[in-house]
Amino acid sequence: MKKMKLVMVGNGMAGVRTLEELLKIAPDLYDITVFGAEPHPNYNRILLSPVLAGEQTLADIVLNPVEWYAGQGITLHLGKKVVDVRRSSRVAVADDGTEAPYDRLLVATGSNPFIPPLPGKDLDGVIAYRDIADTNAMIETAKTHKHAVVIGGGLLGLEAANGLMLRGMSVTVVHLMPWLMERQLDEVAGKMLQKSLESRGLAFRIGAQTEALLGDESGRVRAVRFKGGSEEPADLVVMAAGIRPNTALAEQIGLHCSRGIVVNDTMQTITDGRIYAVGECAAHRGIAYGLVAPLFEQAKVCATHLAEFGIGRYLGSQTSTKLKVTGIDLFSAGDFSGGGDTEEIVLSDPYNSVYKKLVVKGDKLIGACLYGDTVDGSWYFDMVREGKDIASIRDHLMFGQQHLGDTGHAGNSRASAMPDSAEVCGCNGVRKGTIVKAIREQGLFTLDEVRKCTKASGSCGSCTGLVEQILMATAGAGYTAAPKLKPVCGCTDANHQQVRDAIREQHLLTIASVYEQLDWRTPNGCASCRPAINYYLISTWPHEALDDPQSRFINERAHANIQKNGTFSVVPRMWAGETNSSELRRIADVVDKYKIPTVKVTGGQRIDLLGVKKEDLTAVWHDLGMPSGHAYGKTLRTVKTCVGSEWCRFGTQDSTTMGKELERALWRMVAPHKVKLAVSGCPRNCAESGIKDVGVIGVDSGWEIYVAGNGGIKTDVAQFFCKVKTHAEVLEYSAAFLQLYREEGWYLERTVHYVGRVGLDHVKAKVVDDAANRALLAERLRFALDGLPDPWFEHDKARIDVRQFEPIAV
Amino acid sequence: MSDWKTICRVDDIPRLGARRVTRRSGGDIAVFRTADDKVFALLDKCPHKGGPLSQGIVFGESVACPLHNWTIGLVDGCAAAPDVGCARRFSVRVEGGAVALDLAELMHPSTDADPGSARRSGGNDAAAASVDAPAKAAA
Repeated sequence: MKKMKLVMVGNGMAGVRTLEELLKIAPDLYDITVFGAEPHPNYNRILLSPVLAGEQTLADIVLNPVEWYAGQGITLHLGKKVVDVRRSSRVAVADDGTEAPYDRLLVATGSNPFIPPLPGKDLDGVIAYRDIADTNAMIETAKTHKHAVVIGGGLLGLEAANGLMLRGMSVTVVHLMPWLMERQLDEVAGKMLQKSLESRGLAFRIGAQTEALLGDESGRVRAVRFKGGSEEPADLVVMAAGIRPNTALAEQIGLHCSRGIVVNDTMQTITDGRIYAVGECAAHRGIAYGLVAPLFEQAKVCATHLAEFGIGRYLGSQTSTKLKVTGIDLFSAGDFSGGGDTEEIVLSDPYNSVYKKLVVKGDKLIGACLYGDTVDGSWYFDMVREGKDIASIRDHLMFGQQHLGDTGHAGNSRASAMPDSAEVCGCNGVRKGTIVKAIREQGLFTLDEVRKCTKASGSCGSCTGLVEQILMATAGAGYTAAPKLKPVCGCTDANHQQVRDAIREQHLLTIASVYEQLDWRTPNGCASCRPAINYYLISTWPHEALDDPQSRFINERAHANIQKNGTFSVVPRMWAGETNSSELRRIADVVDKYKIPTVKVTGGQRIDLLGVKKEDLTAVWHDLGMPSGHAYGKTLRTVKTCVGSEWCRFGTQDSTTMGKELERALWRMVAPHKVKLAVSGCPRNCAESGIKDVGVIGVDSGWEIYVAGNGGIKTDVAQFFCKVKTHAEVLEYSAAFLQLYREEGWYLERTVHYVGRVGLDHVKAKVVDDAANRALLAERLRFALDGLPDPWFEHDKARIDVRQFEPIAV
Repeated sequence: MSDWKTICRVDDIPRLGARRVTRRSGGDIAVFRTADDKVFALLDKCPHKGGPLSQGIVFGESVACPLHNWTIGLVDGCAAAPDVGCARRFSVRVEGGAVALDLAELMHPSTDADPGSARRSGGNDAAAASVDAPAKAAA
């Protein structure tokens, strides 16, 4: 079948995105020809500002290099402007005479800068700010001239002014309206922005009306004159007073235009069904959009029609604006001006340059304007769009999404608190779930890779920080390590997950059988893989697979912590940090008898005896007569508690009893890494539950459970997991969470990294939402722990080779 | 011919493990047993920071030091790259299941084989080059 011919006029972001979408769904339907008036392939126009500011180069902002067009079989005519379209014979004609016949024509001519009809607008040194040529002209001018005036205090104008200032010019911004960016910001935010920019060295003339541009004898601009007669010297004038849809060609060939080329919901021009229009040149239901997100939505719809799928209609976009103006984060959505029968919730902190205004009507959020801190922008936008009832969260609304279900800890990563459905990248319509999925399934570990795969943060870049946070939260703190792909160690190509799966699926019970099944390259592994495999075996097949002490690190083999001089430390268990006189007396006696040099109270509310000789260990344990504290293992360590309601005048719950119950239920539990718990009796949280693997906080009506906190190298605040009423529920939820971690975690992966890898939603689905599964998990842990020995007293049962404690003397 | 001092039986050493031999002259010796029952002996002192090698995980013909996870070869006592340094070797004879060490070597005062050679390649850990004096006070 002969292919149809598609000709595209204009080679910008909206048009090329349409082609990309089309090639995705119908790669062989058309022979495609593209005309671009600029001599460049499709580039990211939004990033011209960083180029002007010298932060990026032109090469950085190219979206589709020339090779891309060639690879897709597209005929590309660069630097050729289409000057006529003969609709009767269906041929497009360029200014150099090139002709291209079409079956479908896509008009994507974008917009032109609006040049106010001022005297002197044609002088040398007066330019618009729209494309690469303008940008280069500004860069060149800044090298030789001093004074710049930017007319227009919108986004484009401010970016131009900032860039010129960074390139050494003194810059004045002229703005007719009473405050900057009046279409995106309210008055307070607009004035904060002005103040901040002034402190960086920009000058402003707000409310000033330009009357004329004055030239010198050579025909170059020398000053701007305002109404009232005052003048501002200028040897460069940048016109940034807005854009107008570029409809010159469309009007010339008889397409109906009214504030843009008028299109229907399928992006076809209403005049000629063979001709489509997308992007800034198109007027849909009376609106010509200038933001990337709606244009990309249009591109998608247009592509499905070009592909003859006939599905999809563009119904217009509700837009939010998320911008970074010279490094300052701004966000606005909906009706952020307020007034009338609306109410406003306002937070203003000029010292920290944060301002937030939420506009509420009845029980609904109808608009938001954020300055400085915009992390919650997409959350607010979702509520505005969905018309969500906010009555129940109104008190907390201002403090953002993170604040809900949190007893007041400011999380260090808001990204992890976002639901999967939240939109992260407004330009490309990418949701958090899509990014997380791509990171996990494709093993992504750099921002660039995420951009390439999902397009998130690839357009305006204002969500870059958020995408990075998601990357960190998903791939764990070591997010450059590509966890999916990394083998366990140099002995094998298998990764941790493959090993876990093989052990479960093939019911493997010994290290040797794992090595054989998975083609290990070494006969008996190494110090990295053997402890990992040993853990996977005994955690997957409790009471079936036998622990191998020789595959354990010395601390777990000797049940004490080795110190730098080869001696050991001994930490007896004190249930929930509680002790008594006879225990303390025995500890004192042991310290004297075995001449133990240092006695220290640990962070886990226990007592550490440091400097015990290995040959004394068994006798020390015996004389202490206290259970092993397992301070040496990848096991449950402590359950730290506060005093709780038994003594504390603020206590609302009996945290010590709760802690003892947890510790007695969970001790002897091996895990991928050490596990620490804490129970606080009230939200004052004296037991520091917020940085524990499982942190429990008593509140009046029960207990809040937090998971995946970590006080280690990088402090990670625990995430809210659920709220329960009874001790039995705390025990069950904690046990189920820890069993899931034991079953799915990779060796040496703390809960924070495990949860970061699989996602809190996954863990909640398995433990909180699914009661039957929760009970099964808790039961499996009970089974695994049932009958386990205390290694300090039942050496044989714990498979301890006691010969290690006796040196051979010669 | 050397004189040999029987110290234990092969079975007294755990497979993929070690025993510690104390000497009156000071300087413990670590005696290792591999998966295929080969026996090796090294000074029980990692060339890095003096960690007791007898407490490490044995794999193949290597041991991982329990303090900082240097990998030391059992055959030559030397650290695997990028680490540099060697623990002193002792001769071992196994006959009829009995493990014996060379008496002359046993009696020789404890010295590290090659003091001063222990360092990270790349020179980012120069402090490691100073090897602690052997703890002989008890002798």
